[in-house]
Amino acid sequence: MSLVAILTLVVSSTLVYSAPLIFTSIGGTFSERSGVVNVGLEGIMGMGAFASVVFNLTFANTFGTLTPWLGLVAGAIVGLVFSLLHAVATVTLRADHIISGTVINLMAPALGVFLIKVIYGKGQTEPISQDFGYANVPVLDKIPFIGPIFFEKTSAPAWLAIIVAVLSWYVIFKTKFGLRLRSVGENPQAADTLGLNVARLRYSGVMISGILGGVGGAVVAQSISLNYSVGTIVGQGFVAMAAMIFGRWNPLGAMGASLFFGLSQSLAVVGAQLPGLKNVPSIWLQIAPYVLTIVVLVFFFGKTRAPKADGVNYIKAA
Amino acid sequence: MTESTPVIEMRHIVKKFGDFAANDDINLQVQQGEIHALLGENGAGKSTLMNILTGLLQPTSGDILINGQPVVVDSPSKSDSLGIGMVHQHFMLIDAFTVTENIVLGSEITKGLSLDTKTAAKKIQSLSDQYGLAVNPMAKISDISVGQQQRVEILKTLYRGADILIFDEPTAVLTPQEIDELIAIMHNLAKEGKSIILITHKLDEIRAAADRVTVIRAGKSIKTFPVAGVSSQQLADLMVGREVSFKTEKEPAQPKQTVLAIDNIEVDDARGVAAVKDFSLEVKAGEIVGLAGIDGNGQTELIQGITGLTKVKSGHVTLNGKDVTNKKPRQITESGVGHIPEDRLRFGMEVDMTLSENLSLQTYYKQPISKSGVLQPAEMDKLANKLVKEFDVRAASIHVTAGSMSGGNQQKAVVARELDRDNDLIIAAQPTRGLDVGAIEYIHRRLIDQRTAGKAVLVVSFELDEILNLSDRIAVINAGKIVGIVDAKETNKQELGLLMTGMSLKAAREALKEEVTV
Amino acid sequence: MVVQKNNFSVALFSVLFGLIVGAIIMLVFGYNPISGYIALISSAFGSMQDIGGVLTQMTPLILTALGFTVASTAGFFNIGLSGQALAGWVGAVWYALSFPDMPAFVMIPSALILGTALGAVAGLIPGWLRAQFGASEVIVTIMMNYILLFLGNNILQNTMAKSIKESAETTKQVGHNASLQLKWLTDLTQGSSVSTGIFIALIMIVVVWFVMKKTTLGFEITAVGLNPDAAKYAGVSAKRTAVVAMAISGGLAGLAGTIEGLGNYLNFFTQNSSPSIGFDGMAVALLGGGSYLGILGAAALFSVLKIGGLGMPMSSGVPFELVDIVIASIIFFVGANYLIRLIQKRIKAMDEKAAAQDAAKKSSKAASKQAKGGE
Repeated sequence: MSLVAILTLVVSSTLVYSAPLIFTSIGGTFSERSGVVNVGLEGIMGMGAFASVVFNLTFANTFGTLTPWLGLVAGAIVGLVFSLLHAVATVTLRADHIISGTVINLMAPALGVFLIKVIYGKGQTEPISQDFGYANVPVLDKIPFIGPIFFEKTSAPAWLAIIVAVLSWYVIFKTKFGLRLRSVGENPQAADTLGLNVARLRYSGVMISGILGGVGGAVVAQSISLNYSVGTIVGQGFVAMAAMIFGRWNPLGAMGASLFFGLSQSLAVVGAQLPGLKNVPSIWLQIAPYVLTIVVLVFFFGKTRAPKADGVNYIKAA
Repeated sequence: MTESTPVIEMRHIVKKFGDFAANDDINLQVQQGEIHALLGENGAGKSTLMNILTGLLQPTSGDILINGQPVVVDSPSKSDSLGIGMVHQHFMLIDAFTVTENIVLGSEITKGLSLDTKTAAKKIQSLSDQYGLAVNPMAKISDISVGQQQRVEILKTLYRGADILIFDEPTAVLTPQEIDELIAIMHNLAKEGKSIILITHKLDEIRAAADRVTVIRAGKSIKTFPVAGVSSQQLADLMVGREVSFKTEKEPAQPKQTVLAIDNIEVDDARGVAAVKDFSLEVKAGEIVGLAGIDGNGQTELIQGITGLTKVKSGHVTLNGKDVTNKKPRQITESGVGHIPEDRLRFGMEVDMTLSENLSLQTYYKQPISKSGVLQPAEMDKLANKLVKEFDVRAASIHVTAGSMSGGNQQKAVVARELDRDNDLIIAAQPTRGLDVGAIEYIHRRLIDQRTAGKAVLVVSFELDEILNLSDRIAVINAGKIVGIVDAKETNKQELGLLMTGMSLKAAREALKEEVTV
Repeated sequence: MVVQKNNFSVALFSVLFGLIVGAIIMLVFGYNPISGYIALISSAFGSMQDIGGVLTQMTPLILTALGFTVASTAGFFNIGLSGQALAGWVGAVWYALSFPDMPAFVMIPSALILGTALGAVAGLIPGWLRAQFGASEVIVTIMMNYILLFLGNNILQNTMAKSIKESAETTKQVGHNASLQLKWLTDLTQGSSVSTGIFIALIMIVVVWFVMKKTTLGFEITAVGLNPDAAKYAGVSAKRTAVVAMAISGGLAGLAGTIEGLGNYLNFFTQNSSPSIGFDGMAVALLGGGSYLGILGAAALFSVLKIGGLGMPMSSGVPFELVDIVIASIIFFVGANYLIRLIQKRIKAMDEKAAAQDAAKKSSKAASKQAKGGE
């Protein structure tokens, strides 16, 4: 296999697997930066996947190739609604964040499959007809050498994800909203004394995580699994959480970590086709990303430092 | 001569939490351009009153008038817009943010969609120059000193155009020199037309800074005086409600053998920088040695080093002749050391455990509190009841959570636990921090009793009054080293204050001599 | 993270509200909630075999829930229970199949100990990594779930001897010397896979409760979880305690896996994803509201719902997933118990207000009578 062919294969499959992780881990970043732990990302992804598949199956004929993109919107909306459950539970009802997130993780696949059975009469849907497939990024794919590797036959949602990552970094660290969001995650009492509405900011953080998590799930459904069943989202939400922590609650870091996980996952899948890795027993390729993560975590990261008030319910002195 | 309209008037303020009246018909009037002190013990209701003025709490009944106009202060932003600014005692700062970010938060300057950090920093620099409040706008809060952090709190209010500034116990963390600087800043602000409310329980600061003082006790406003016309004794008695003795009676010390010998130790801080260097000190049986110094000069690391909570990089710590350098905390405790930690909520207690469990926190693994690894609750409760009675610890029962107890009673519980073990050495770090006069008197008495009983006592404190009251000998620490050791009877606050800044004893005595002759 | 402690009435209300949520969903989608719930109950309790199924389901859940609670008391969020259970399962089955002639009274205790120990090691690693390096146990346990999943399948497919395998994807059944099933139990429950595992699980509830609440070790684990600084001051080695707590947590999960292998399935087979008993154990712990007795009730409730739910589609057409929705809702109300307590307070306040108004009315009546009488 030529070098270009190898790189193209690796890059494109990395992007495919990373895309949902990038969206979801950045969503988690917004939530936790505002002080709300969101372990329910797995469930939100599930609902996003469900919504996008149902939308896709229903409207594929109406919207043609635009369908998967609109499916992302459907996923975002449903993810947003689901995240409101978490927001109300933690910010208004002062529930423990872990419990509330776990409820979402339990509820999502149950509700999703339940509704699929009601709508379609069976436990998994038909495959969708309009998936993301492979796209070419116009203009950029003509650049010599890197053009074909990065921008030809690539995952369109992944490039959207990268743009979202950069935008998110800007929002969190360079705008007024981002400063205020971070302040309620670090010291909500100080923010309160300065007149900021802690509850409203925390709701914003959680809702953004719902939107992005829903999109992440929709990407999985419409570019990897191509249908919806109980097995569509099994663990990606947790891996996204790990990417968020690994990325130090910074959108660019989360993106980097997601790309790393995506790379390792893709090596495990396409490794059999690559010259160097053909002869390595598949078990090592399978567990490599996870072992590597632990090693990097231990030796290069030291104590992980979450936003100071992450997971702590803010109760105003009456 | 007609009286001008007060800039702030609070009339008949009542604030109830359930049945408990934190403010019970309080009246307060502040004139424009005056520095008005609010004097009261902890729990008297001063903070509640100020939280009402700053919009964090709503009064159950009563009126507030600003410049003669009745207002309803229903939120902190409303309070802001009325020109009221609060410099909190426990700073409301975000450690991970810069000085600039902390000051502008909520009133940010933007250029298009982005934060305009440059313009903000410039504005802050000019305010800082105007009022003499030196800060580095780009520094992170976690990296600057406590004194600098306080200036950031002050700048927060000035940035929002405050005309009325409330200072809540501002001098708790400052040296005598820094306190003088702060008082000068306050006079400056008053000259520029600002009105200042100074909440404090420090009588000599009121004397130096304030024009008038209102005494608050148990939720009621007792009386308002012009400062010039009232004595400190009068104020203290009114504040507490009975006669207060300022000095604890004690016989002269009769020190015997050396119990604690610290020999040339070095201890690093959390960042790996040496916080304690070439530090040597001895404490003998039957004496109290006070370690005076400004917060942040190595006291925390010193105590943690000698109690085994942090590594001692070099040097030796000996207890009754036995080397205990870098031994584990439990080994050191068992060698006869009682440690009253400076942060009782973080180190001294498990706030989510019961009072009874906390009183056995150091001894739960020993008989009779436990047998072969199984806890004996009856024995634990027996010990708890004994200590509660002996040390007058007030709580609804020995099974309430420690976190629900008042600060004074929590500290009494910690003191009870540490003093009960018949130790040879007592280390008391900030033993009366945040406590009211009654609790302070009590704890000072117990520490002196220990000394009379022949124990060695090391007291570390930022409060010079406490050091002078308790100590037989006083050592001053600056930048991790001992600057001088003096006999308590032969020194005073001014001298100690100079030593605390790093001046040698000789230089300090000469400087003070010059002042007197001039 | 501290698992909240709740009182019994909150638990009762949560279950009630959760069932109501399920009923509403059934109604919305055109099902009859009453027939749905009747189908559930009759499916869970209909026959001895069904009850046996409930007990079989309960057994590993009790143990993983205990494991989760011990870890969370120490301040650890152990999402790795599935991997730790898997370690015990694979190890115990492999061991049992490798020594088919060992007498039962040696095999069974040693297999149980081996499985527990493997789980303990799997739990100890994230505990040690966090204690020593500050590495987030959330990440490490998530990673280890994957690692152990792949390792487990790989050992089955590539490492185990052909002689102990039934097919490429399953092992043979363990012999009578290693099985935890008892003839009288199997007969009593008409052939369900309930085993002595249920008794082991019940005993472990008592043991873990005793250790955590009544011993110095439990005191130390609690102290470290609540405030590691104060624990250090009190002479407790936070590092050592953390590791011990995670080892106990993993060991309980390993025991759960061992019982699944030697009591329930009697073999091991390729897993498509991490065993659900890990995550479900966490749900049971949360459902139990943080108390050890609560775990028993929660595991029972959870299992009744799950087993009962299997029969719902056939008898009432309701998809089985409704059960998961109900379980999630119950946990939601347990977690948001502030809401329930608020409602309880309001009801109490209304009662008191009404009583006060009555009393006021009575006394004003009496007063006006007196006034009239006085004229």
